[in-house]
Amino acid sequence: MPSLGADMEAGTLVQWLVKPGDRVKRGDLVAVVETQKGAMEIEVFEDGVVEQLLVAVGARVPVGTPLAILGTGAPAPSEPVPPAAPLPAVPRAPAPWIRSSPSARVLAASLGLDLATIHGTGPHGAVRRVDVASLRPAPAARHGFDPAEMRAAIAAAMSRSKREIPHYYLARTIDLERAMDWLAQYNASVSITDRVLPAVMLVRAVARAVAEVPELNGFWIDGHFQPASAVHPGVAVSLRGGGLVAPALLDAAEGTLPELMVRFTDLVTRARAGRLRASELSAATLTVSNLGDLGADELFGVIYPPQVALVGLGRVHEVPVAVDGMLAIRPVVRASLAADHRASDGMRGSRFLARLDALLQSPESL
Amino acid sequence: MTRDQARSHLVDVLAEIAPEADLSTVDSRAPLRPQLDLDSMDFLRCLQGLHARTGVDIPEADYPRLGTLDAILDYLVARAR
Repeated sequence: MPSLGADMEAGTLVQWLVKPGDRVKRGDLVAVVETQKGAMEIEVFEDGVVEQLLVAVGARVPVGTPLAILGTGAPAPSEPVPPAAPLPAVPRAPAPWIRSSPSARVLAASLGLDLATIHGTGPHGAVRRVDVASLRPAPAARHGFDPAEMRAAIAAAMSRSKREIPHYYLARTIDLERAMDWLAQYNASVSITDRVLPAVMLVRAVARAVAEVPELNGFWIDGHFQPASAVHPGVAVSLRGGGLVAPALLDAAEGTLPELMVRFTDLVTRARAGRLRASELSAATLTVSNLGDLGADELFGVIYPPQVALVGLGRVHEVPVAVDGMLAIRPVVRASLAADHRASDGMRGSRFLARLDALLQSPESL
Repeated sequence: MTRDQARSHLVDVLAEIAPEADLSTVDSRAPLRPQLDLDSMDFLRCLQGLHARTGVDIPEADYPRLGTLDAILDYLVARAR
């Protein structure tokens, strides 16, 4: 049972997505687990073959409990072959011969499906594994999501944060005229289906900026700062019906901006449908909280432990500003940093906000 | 496209994005997004859904004209082929 957050103590196994005999690759989804934050899909961390499922559906087990045994799939070489069982004295009616692959037979048996009832798409109508897999019932979305449980999880994490983390706060007003003009031009040049939101441009800039100030990207564990090797910003997503989650937008500094928009849309949509993956909940290396264009001007965040920084972004709005000694009307965003003073100091935090500002003045390079 | 058809398209699109949204309780002349709790991504997905259903192109520059329920329906009716 993986830990899906610093405050998680136990989880309930809601559904197995694999059966004994299944070959799995690192990253495959193997189970659905119910936590205080709703249902999460659990990925496997190794390649191998599922040998045994140790936890029954419906069981609630502590973090760290083994869920299944994974083997290499190779038969143990020294193990003697057991003697064949004696044939039953009473002859059984032979089962009708169904062309099928071995893995299709195993999967069908584990799902309790009769091969004869499955339409095969392989050579000569052979039933392939994919034919069986297509009949596997899809997991229901949002198993028993409980807003009160989520509230309790937020309460636990935020109380721990304010108890343990000596926060310091910085803010900077960033002129977004170039960035918003560039984005408007880009969006006018593409179909409505490919438009990029300002929120995505901003999270990209945060990811690039924090890569240059590594003291803000990582975890405070056992009295030490452990820098993260990649930048996975957790993006705070408010949920309909209350509460919020901050799943990781993995490697947000990589790929093109339109690609990041596609991944961001997918992440937010799945967060709201309760279909996040376990790795997305535990991987965030800092958090970005963007209030959006209907939000407040500014926010000062509460760091999500064991992370050491939270970047707050207010709504983009127009204000009068001094530009080259003249008064101008410009769209601006108020960017804030809440950071853990055990891991970094105000000078480095200021450096981050300055880099964020500079990156947003060259939007074409984002 | 009639106004009723435009409204029906909007109801279909909102059912996917904001399942609990109820257009019948909306003040059609007040800003729509705060009433239905639509953030910028919800709103973009909403316009994408309307575009897919009606073929109406909705440039970003027209967003300021799409603030209320009435304005959105007027816009769709006027732009539909």
